[in-house]
Amino acid sequence: MDKFRMIFQFFQSNQESFMNGICGIMALASTQMYSAFDFNCPCLPHYNLAYGLGILLVPPFILFLLGFVLNNNISMLAEEWRRPRGRRGKDPAVLRYMFCSMAQRAMIAPAVWVSVTLLDGKCITCAFCTSVPLETLGNASHPRLSQGEVQRVLARIPCKEIYNGQQLVANEVAVRYLRCISQALGWCFVLLMTTLAFLVRSLRPCFSQAAFLKSRYWSHYIDIERKLFDETCAEHARSFAKVCIQQFFEGMSTDLVAARCHLPRKAPADAGEAAEKLLGITDQGTMNMALKSWHRCKPPLHLHPPALPTGNGWAGEGQPPRHPSAPQKETAAYYSWV
Amino acid sequence: MDRFRMIFQYFQSNSESVMNGICGLLALASVKMYTSLDFSCPCLPQYNMAYGLGVMLVPPIILFLCGLILNRQSLVMLEEWRRPAGRRKKDLAVIRYMCSSIMQRAMVAPVVWIIVTLLDGKCLICAFSGSMDPQKFVGFANVSTEQVQQLLAKVPCKDEELMRNNTSRKAVSRYLRCCSQALGWSILLILIIAAFLARWLRPCFNQATLLQARHWSNYIDIEQKIFEETCCEHSQLFAHKCILHFFESMQQEIKLHSFSLPREGEGAEGEEGLLQGITDQDQVNKLLKTWYYEKPPLDVSQAHQR
Repeated sequence: MDKFRMIFQFFQSNQESFMNGICGIMALASTQMYSAFDFNCPCLPHYNLAYGLGILLVPPFILFLLGFVLNNNISMLAEEWRRPRGRRGKDPAVLRYMFCSMAQRAMIAPAVWVSVTLLDGKCITCAFCTSVPLETLGNASHPRLSQGEVQRVLARIPCKEIYNGQQLVANEVAVRYLRCISQALGWCFVLLMTTLAFLVRSLRPCFSQAAFLKSRYWSHYIDIERKLFDETCAEHARSFAKVCIQQFFEGMSTDLVAARCHLPRKAPADAGEAAEKLLGITDQGTMNMALKSWHRCKPPLHLHPPALPTGNGWAGEGQPPRHPSAPQKETAAYYSWV
Repeated sequence: MDRFRMIFQYFQSNSESVMNGICGLLALASVKMYTSLDFSCPCLPQYNMAYGLGVMLVPPIILFLCGLILNRQSLVMLEEWRRPAGRRKKDLAVIRYMCSSIMQRAMVAPVVWIIVTLLDGKCLICAFSGSMDPQKFVGFANVSTEQVQQLLAKVPCKDEELMRNNTSRKAVSRYLRCCSQALGWSILLILIIAAFLARWLRPCFNQATLLQARHWSNYIDIEQKIFEETCCEHSQLFAHKCILHFFESMQQEIKLHSFSLPREGEGAEGEEGLLQGITDQDQVNKLLKTWYYEKPPLDVSQAHQR
């Protein structure tokens, strides 16, 4: 248990670091995704806004959901939320703590995407190029064009190769203007997020420290309890399987002995462990029958208590009276060769 | 316990190093951020100053706040500051010490950003090109006021067609870059002298108080870490007992409800002990269902008494 305890503690103290690590990896992944993404502004009046804003807002939403999916604790939260009360009350503060800590971590990658997008400037340039203020930026002498024409010309600003409105407004001037606005928005966004994070982190000890300690303890407890329960069930399943299989082999060899009318062979006292482990199956035909029977007719999930491996594993000797239930008949059924 | 002690000692001696490391990483990150930032001055009369000063001053605020957020000690300090006095007095000198060490570390990255910005010069050229006196530069001397403002605003943009080969533009640019770099180097020199003096003169004033404050601030930090570790250990033991108690109570329930013969006492050995008397598919299903529908109460006092 001591080793278990140490491993669990390491895991636990590292659970938070593990989650922070995933968080950081997702943030890096989002910058990488953005730089690898081939941004192609459509340069058409109504499509620009949709495309630009779509690239700005849809991937963060996906990254946010991904942040939840990759977090192991989401299933723990859902389980705790939906379980029936039973004999243990539910504490909404614990649920709130779990949800808040998951949401905070999930918000980082989307915030990084939005910041990088705004600081780069391509999305805003694409989305808002048709709204450039011509009075301030435009050339004094520009031909009188209809509104639709002006929109079509301005929509081509992000695509330098096909831009034909130099007389209306110079391409570099418009791009510089839009990029400046975009970067200003980006820095403001980053400042806002950082200020929020700072306030959330620094105001907590001032107001609800005791409640926070309680929620944190019980949320860790729920996590540990779930893991320990899974471990215990796994151990139980292992023992169950071992005994089940042993009983299967013993049942097989007993029936074979009964069918062949051999005298029960007592294993020589000094045969050692190897003979015990053979469980009475000592030739090819018998082994093949055992394997076929294992496939065709698996034993029921019911361990009969008296048939425990005692001594050299022969079920044939010194058995207490059997439990008069179906299983005995069922184990005999495999023997019919059809 | 011995191993734990060693781990804790290592952790403690490295808490300061961890903080210094984070500080250094943030400084490097700020340089990297500056180099990867695509600085594009708008070259418009009203926008230049806002953009230039914005890029010079807003990221340092962000970096400062990041430095405070990433530093674990700031939380410890806040908790110590806001806790009720209870049975342990609060020592303001300790809180002041912690606060000053946190602030010093958080100031490094913003200062690095400002200095890099000034030494590079682009921000100042963008912000102050419109404030230059046009009479000092030949190319701008005899131009009308409105036009000169427009022209000066376009100085930071080298690729602008009007400005491409304009010698006056280059003159303004060089002048502003020179001022910017002079400012940057002066600030760097002043800060380094101040840091040097502060470190050198500190032992002359209140060394004993300083040692005490440092000791107790380390103590508060360690105490909190050990408290969290102990809570972890405790919750593991609690969970372990709770689950064992649950399995035993399931075993008893099964014994009550089924009519199987009572087994021999030697069932506690080997595999049998691990099976806890649950030897049937239905029994296992019932156990799992009960675990979900009726979790055991958080009370291991009965299990403890056994």
